[in-house]
Amino acid sequence: MLRVEGLTKRFGGVDAVSQVSFAVPEGAIHAVIGPNGAGKTTLFNLITGVYAPDSGSIRLRGEEVAGLAPESLARRGVSRTFQNLQVSMNLSAIENVMIGAHLRLNSSLLAAMARWKGLAARDRAAREEAAELLAFVGCGAYVGAEARSMPYGALKRLEIARALAAEPKLLFLDEPAAGLNHTETDEIEDLIGELGRRGVTIVLVEHDMKLVMNVSQHIVVLDYGKKLAEGTPEEVRRNPEVIAAYLGAENGEA
Amino acid sequence: MTVASPRTPPLSSRAAAWASARAPTFAFAAALIVLPSILPNAYYFDVAIRVAINATLAIALNLLIGYTGQISLGHAAFFGLGAYGSAILVGEFGWPPGAALVVSAALVGALAYVVARVILRLEGHYLAMATLGLGVIASIALTNEVGLTGGPDGMSVPDFSILGLRVAGEKAWYWIFAAALVAAIVLAGNLVDSPAGRALRALHGSQTAARSVGVDASAFKTRVFVLSATAAAIMGSLYAHYEGFVTPGLAAFPKSVQLVTMVVVGGMASIWGSVLGAALLSLAPELLARFEGYETLAFGAILVATMIFLPRGIAPSLSARLRRKES
Amino acid sequence: MSQFLQSIFSGVTVGATYALVALGFSIIYNASGVINFAQGEFIMLGGMIAAFLVAAGAPLALAVVAAVAAVAAIGVIVAKIAIAPARGADVTTLIIITIGVSMVLRGAVEATMGKGGHALPPFSGDKPIALAGATMLPQSVWVVATTLALVAGLALFFERTRLGKGILATAHNRLAAQLVGVDTRRVLTVSFCLSAALGAIGGVLIAPIANTSYDAGVMLGLKGFVAAAIGGLGSGVGAVAGGLALGLLESLTAGYLSSAYKDAAAFVIVLVILLVRPSGMFGASISSRV
Repeated sequence: MLRVEGLTKRFGGVDAVSQVSFAVPEGAIHAVIGPNGAGKTTLFNLITGVYAPDSGSIRLRGEEVAGLAPESLARRGVSRTFQNLQVSMNLSAIENVMIGAHLRLNSSLLAAMARWKGLAARDRAAREEAAELLAFVGCGAYVGAEARSMPYGALKRLEIARALAAEPKLLFLDEPAAGLNHTETDEIEDLIGELGRRGVTIVLVEHDMKLVMNVSQHIVVLDYGKKLAEGTPEEVRRNPEVIAAYLGAENGEA
Repeated sequence: MTVASPRTPPLSSRAAAWASARAPTFAFAAALIVLPSILPNAYYFDVAIRVAINATLAIALNLLIGYTGQISLGHAAFFGLGAYGSAILVGEFGWPPGAALVVSAALVGALAYVVARVILRLEGHYLAMATLGLGVIASIALTNEVGLTGGPDGMSVPDFSILGLRVAGEKAWYWIFAAALVAAIVLAGNLVDSPAGRALRALHGSQTAARSVGVDASAFKTRVFVLSATAAAIMGSLYAHYEGFVTPGLAAFPKSVQLVTMVVVGGMASIWGSVLGAALLSLAPELLARFEGYETLAFGAILVATMIFLPRGIAPSLSARLRRKES
Repeated sequence: MSQFLQSIFSGVTVGATYALVALGFSIIYNASGVINFAQGEFIMLGGMIAAFLVAAGAPLALAVVAAVAAVAAIGVIVAKIAIAPARGADVTTLIIITIGVSMVLRGAVEATMGKGGHALPPFSGDKPIALAGATMLPQSVWVVATTLALVAGLALFFERTRLGKGILATAHNRLAAQLVGVDTRRVLTVSFCLSAALGAIGGVLIAPIANTSYDAGVMLGLKGFVAAAIGGLGSGVGAVAGGLALGLLESLTAGYLSSAYKDAAAFVIVLVILLVRPSGMFGASISSRV
């Protein structure tokens, strides 16, 4: 599904990401971990088109996509959530989810103004699907709410609902459990598991080690922008270099 | 894979929902139809027409500023260019006014497209500055190209006529501008409540998020910019024929400021807010006329006070207050 | 050659005025992120109040000092009444507020002094000085010399005094500045006071050369903003460089291309700058984290 080779990105003399290579098979759940500043979010931003790499290749189902804009990647079935919440606070919760379905609806301005046949009906259907997605991620209570009235944990799940509304083939979750309590984290864990069962390929960045170990089939460890190790959760947790890099690290059990 | 059409609810309940959503528009249209019978003389028709023109312009501008979040301090330039386009094509080259209106609007639309592609990558203050600069350049050009535009004194414009029918006089024009306003309200309302409208509003809230789900940010921003500019140009052409005269002031910075003020004071991202803002700010000079010599001062003071106490504009603040009373 | 030199002289004079306006913009922008569309009115008020006092019989020196003090006070009032209550509002709202303030100031002058033009007597006579084949008004020397002195004084203020450093700290990181004890609300007031005073000084300096009237501030404000944008919003050096660059460019355009389009020159330049290097000549590059 996804093959990254030799990916490099420099910011003013610092190698945020350096010669990173890994592959993600279709339907798998992979995690990218590493200490703070290891380059995980930069890696995500490179693959999802927010930044263009300085060198290296990113192949999505065989097609070279490095440097493409986020909109183009969305058209190819890539969807994501953000570490620093990116929610349109001026919209309602359900509208935020509906925007995820953008590519599946008629978004022509002229057709909209003229109330083209079928537009309203399909919009209603999209609204119902959005409500179902909100319930699926556990935000059913907020169906009628404005985004700006929702608590942080709910907004994180709102982003997941929005990403799902795009019916992605490849889903990137950037710290989905950040700022969540134990109960909420468990719910995220169940959610990811369920998505995996439905065949969505998932790559997540996460600091919560328990979540990572439980949910991923394969882990890539970054440190200072370079790939330090990769393997199954068992292999990674026993890797001495990984342990050394994490010495003095934060939450989750070792 | 597109969204499937669901089992649609029965026609009667859909019709009822549609009618109740459109009720304010119907009421407004009805009021506009009744209005001429109570206006005493041509002067009042003129005032009503100016309000209608400003309201239509404000709605068009609000789509850009309020809904999509792209500030434009030079929008009057499109209005003025549309007006001059018609003035020149009809006055100097003898074109039929209908064709001149269409061509003028198309040319302004094309210009807006080029401008948009170039400057809409800017944001915030930088975009404000760029639009301001373009607006000023346009009005300077209109003032200085005396051979083409008649210079600072402006030029006169023949009456509007279509298919041999001449349109003249306040009463006739009232119907045209009232129809244009209602059309603007309906079209804008349709746009806002649609996938395209949601995309625009999502861009305003978080461009990053919108792009990540496939909203082509620069394409959408460009489209709404061109739409807004073309609407302004059409109104400009109509205004030119109504007034019979065009001056460079139509495209100048103070007019752009007036339009932005109507949008912001009336309510960003609120169509009725724009109508309200346009009405208030068009009528204010009439009402403030009693403060002979103090109009600018009073206007400015009202502006500052409104923005401090009702930062989202009058209409959204009012409806928020009403909603709080209901709950 | 002498025409070229003449253009340079008038360009530097007008450029010095733009530099003062631009500095005013930059100081306020630094302190609060607000683009003060009423900046031009501070210049206009300086000239108009001084002219009013002179017409009422006051000696020139007193009128000038009183005018600057009055406008500085007006700046404080504007900051307290119009800007401070609207902190945190979005860009468009703030722009409208400052535009409203400019209308209030302009309207007040229109109501009290009418629409006519007013002039100040030149500070040290109006016999032109001949220099290298071109002439220069003594007033121009005043303009340039005072501007230089002010710029030097401001540099010292921002780098040596606690208040000045506090303003810069607030510009870089408001929260951090608050944490180390900088009174950020006072920073806003001081920055408006300072910018208003700067504007007023520019106004009294230029009033003997160019007639001032109630709406003189509009174009000046716009061009000052352009100068600040060219030099880099928020950069003191940039403001001065931008002001001079703009003044020279206008003067040369008027002299060699077309005096009608000299006003347009400013806006063409700003468009080019915005597209090529939006942060201006000396501004810091901005990038945001996703």
